[in-house]
This record gives sequence, C-alpha cells and structure tokens, in this order.
Amino acid sequence: MEQFTGKVWVLGDDIDTDIIIPTQYLALKSIEDMKQYGFSPLRPELAGKIEKGDILVAGKNFGCGSSREQAPEVLKALGIRCIIARSFARIFFRNSINNGLLLMEQPELWDHVREGETIEVVVNSHVSSNGKQYPLTSLPDNLVEIIEAGGLVKAMQARNGLAV
Amino acid sequence: MGQTIVEKIISRNIGAEKVEPGQIVTVKVDRVMLDDIMIPFIVDKFHEMGFCRVWDPDRVVLIYDHLVPSSQLDDIRHYKVGDEFAAKYGIEHVHRSDGICHQLMTEAGYVKPGDVVFGTDSHTTTYGCVGAFSTGIGYTEMAAILGTGTLWVKVPETIRIHISGTLPANVMSKDMILRIIGDLGADGATYRALEFTGDTVERMSVSSRMTMANMAIEAGAKCALFAPDEKTAQYCGVSLDGFQPGLAGDRDAAYLKTLTYRAEDFVPVMACPSQVDKIREVKDLAGLPIDQVFIGSCTNGRLEDLQAAAKVLEGKQVAPFVKLIVTPASRKVYEEASACGAIGTLVKAGAMVTHPGCGLCCGRTGGILWDGERVVATNNRNFLGRMGTSKVEIYLASPAVAAACAAAGAIVCPL
Repeated sequence: MEQFTGKVWVLGDDIDTDIIIPTQYLALKSIEDMKQYGFSPLRPELAGKIEKGDILVAGKNFGCGSSREQAPEVLKALGIRCIIARSFARIFFRNSINNGLLLMEQPELWDHVREGETIEVVVNSHVSSNGKQYPLTSLPDNLVEIIEAGGLVKAMQARNGLAV
Repeated sequence: MGQTIVEKIISRNIGAEKVEPGQIVTVKVDRVMLDDIMIPFIVDKFHEMGFCRVWDPDRVVLIYDHLVPSSQLDDIRHYKVGDEFAAKYGIEHVHRSDGICHQLMTEAGYVKPGDVVFGTDSHTTTYGCVGAFSTGIGYTEMAAILGTGTLWVKVPETIRIHISGTLPANVMSKDMILRIIGDLGADGATYRALEFTGDTVERMSVSSRMTMANMAIEAGAKCALFAPDEKTAQYCGVSLDGFQPGLAGDRDAAYLKTLTYRAEDFVPVMACPSQVDKIREVKDLAGLPIDQVFIGSCTNGRLEDLQAAAKVLEGKQVAPFVKLIVTPASRKVYEEASACGAIGTLVKAGAMVTHPGCGLCCGRTGGILWDGERVVATNNRNFLGRMGTSKVEIYLASPAVAAACAAAGAIVCPL
C-alpha cells in the first residue's frame, strides 16, 4: 500500500478554482508560467513557499466554481503530493483524478491538524497526525483504473496503441 | 418505481430501461462545447492521446467568448489554435464573436431536449433550461470525448425544487435561484441533479429558466433540469418528438429530497462577498454606496434582463460616480435589445455597452476594480479577486436590482 509523509498547509472551506488560479493567468502559455500565481487572491505568499511533497488539508467543497483544469495542474506543478479535504467539488475531483493528483476525503482531520506539521498518509487506509489516526476511504474501481493507467491521457494512449 | 428527468435521459442514451443513482455508465455524447480559454489545452491533450480524427465534427462547437475581444497578446494564439484545429478536423461550428457560449448553445439550436451535452465551462449546466443533461468537464476529458464520443458519468441523485404561486413584481428568477443556493449551501447539491417543478416554473420563460439552470453549479450541482414544454419547443425551433414531452419527473420517482417554495415568499436578494451562498435581502443592505454596476453574462444578459434594467432606468440617470457596464449575452440579444429600444434607454441613462462576451464577469477583458471598491453585478460568481483585486466587494443581484442601484449610487431595492 502506498505510504508517504508530507508537510501540511491548511486552507478553509469553499476554496474555489478562481482562488487556486485566477482567470487572468489561464491563458499563459504553460502551467509552469501560471504556477507562481497559485492562491494569489487568498495567500499570495503560498505558491513561493510550497515544496515538493507538501500536503494540502482543506475544509469542505475544495475546488468549487470554474471547471478550469489548470487548477489541479497548477497544484501538481507546485509539488502538492495530495489533498485531504472534508469534501471536494465534482469537476475538480474528476480533473484531479485525470491528472493523477491524489484526493482524499476525511471529515475530522481538518479540525485538528496544524499548518506546518508533518503527517503520514497510508493510501486507502488512514492518515496519522499528532499521534492520532484518521480513516481514509477507497476510490471507486473505474477511477482506480484511470489512476493506475497513469491518468486519462495515458489511458487513451494505451487505447490508441501508442507505446506508454 | 418511476424516474427523474436526468435518469430518463441517461436511460435512453445508454439503451437501458432504467438507471439507478450511483450507477456508473458510459454515455454517448450528443454535443460538446469548447470555449476559447481551454482550446489550446484540449488540442494538446487530444494529440498527446494519439487521436487522428474527431469522432463526429458536426457535434463539436467551438466558441470564442472569454478572450473576445483580445486584451492580452496570448489571446490571439487561442483563436489561431482553434481555427487550425477546426480546419484540420472539419469542424464547421465555430463562433468567433457571436456571444457567450452558453447563450449560443441554446439560442443557435445546438441543444435539444433530452440531449447529453458536455462543455469545458462549469456553467454548462445552463442547457437544463431546455431539458438537456449537460455539465462542465475539464480539458483532458474533453479531449477524450473528441476522440471517442463517449464519457463515463455517475447517475446523480435528484433534488426536486417545487415552486408554486405568483411572484412579487420586483422578483426575478435570479432572486429565486440565489435564495435556493443560500438554502442549499455552496456544496448542498454536489454530485446531484436539481429538478425544478411547479406552476411558477411552468409559467416562466426559457430565459428565466436559463438563469436558474446556469447558477445550479453554485450549489455544486452536476445538472439542473426543467421539463421541456411548448415554450421549450418554440425556443429550440423543434417540434417535440415522442420522447421529449414525457421528459418530466415521474410522480413515483425517487427524489433525494424536495424543497417546496411559495412564489409569494420570494423577495429581492443579493449574494454578498465572497460566497454565492451568502444571501441577504436587498432591503437589509440598502444604503451601501457602490462604485460600479455590471449587467450581463450568461446568467443575466438576455433580452428580458436588459428590458428589465431599461424599465428601471427609463428617464433616469446613472449616479455621478457610478460606472454602469452592460454586456448583452449574444449578438442576437444585442440586435433585439437595440431594436426594441432597451439599449437606447440604457445608453441614454449613462451605460457603457460592450460587445457580447465573458470578459467582465471573470475580470479578464475589462471593468476591473480596485481595493475597497464595491460592485453590484448580475453574473454568477462573487469570488475573491473575480473582478479585480482581492479587496473588491462583489454583490450579485438581478438586473432590476442592479439597475436600481446604478441610478441610486447605492444598494437599493426596486419597488
């Protein structure tokens, strides 16, 4: 079972995709060009501080609003390893899975976790914070298939007979 | 056991007698909408996936609206990539300056009752106004649809919203959907379908229904449906076939829950900064000074919206320090609103009228505001930084309320 640790950044409820990456940067040429503006309306300093392997912990309805897939791509490019939230908005959830960004719902962790602490995640099992374990649920089979293929692009490449 | 509207549409689409909420199925796509911001990303993914043809070019619609007219040099690349893609794969439905995608998809007849439609914009829920199952997706999934013509969906549970009675004169469908979003909460309908029923809804125009279906995503909904009727048929320019008139929820369908409203109880409301579910009555906000008013968008930029605003501003002037910006939702709306005099009335009152597009709503091509400024706007989102800096206050309202505020220079409730 996949297992890793990471430093935590804590965000609130209803973090919308306009906050994750504002519209005025969506037509920049690449995700690399966009990523410095991640979270700029809410916490302009955050994009510069996130390091590879960090974990976001958020409240309910993370990723609500616009369907922009640049949002999960920017988070991935910033180095976010996974997002644990009380709940996710629907389109953001699909977009993240299709890009191989791991999302997990956990109702209680957010109330107890502190920004800056390091937590341990055991995928499909639990997350450990400050000596306490919080259970994690598993994803539906069809989504596991997409993740196992390495994302939707790779799944389609396999379908089209391209070497993966 | 009967079925809800969305269950009926999905059942027919996959050739099943019945589907159950939670079931994961693969649907055949009737139409897709690709908007300019997303086009280069879709095209890259499509080629990266190894596709060499589009499954059915006639089912594909490209619309340039978020970046029209161009305001950054990068925007031009988006049109070029779109034009090249359309030429290479034989896509003929390309709208380069005709209006906002969601307005065009229904207005130009691309969506019919009972269709399954996906778009690369979250407000794709709009087409539920004509009884279609439509929702927003990302660019990777759009690329996969362009190659395969299919997409997996989870059959959603349905929340029924039943409204009966006569609306007060100063209430528009925007006030109703804002109140409903406030009651559901910003995630109250996540993964779920909304279905609107009742005699109030039946008497509403397709345009008014469009405003409500458009904003369903602000409660997290996957789709929002109205049963198609004669008004729908006329709007879509079709005669209803054997399937379409039966597209109402069955009496014994299983709804997750039903919210019941009396039309008489609705009042003008606003969504306050910076969440769409933060609803307050306009009268409780009265007197707050404002800097700008925006009337337009795929939510409220249609003929009836501009007429409602013109009626309020007839013979009046916009307050001295207020900028009123009006954006018709499409070229057709612009022409009709000009012909009936609504545009003239608004201009005479002091409005700036812009070309149809999405730029104002998402702070991308104009009308942006500075720290501490306050805007009353008829669009669908008041998120942090949406229309300028993160310290701008955005209040969402109906066109009638917005117009009254423009004249008063402050938040005020129309009679």
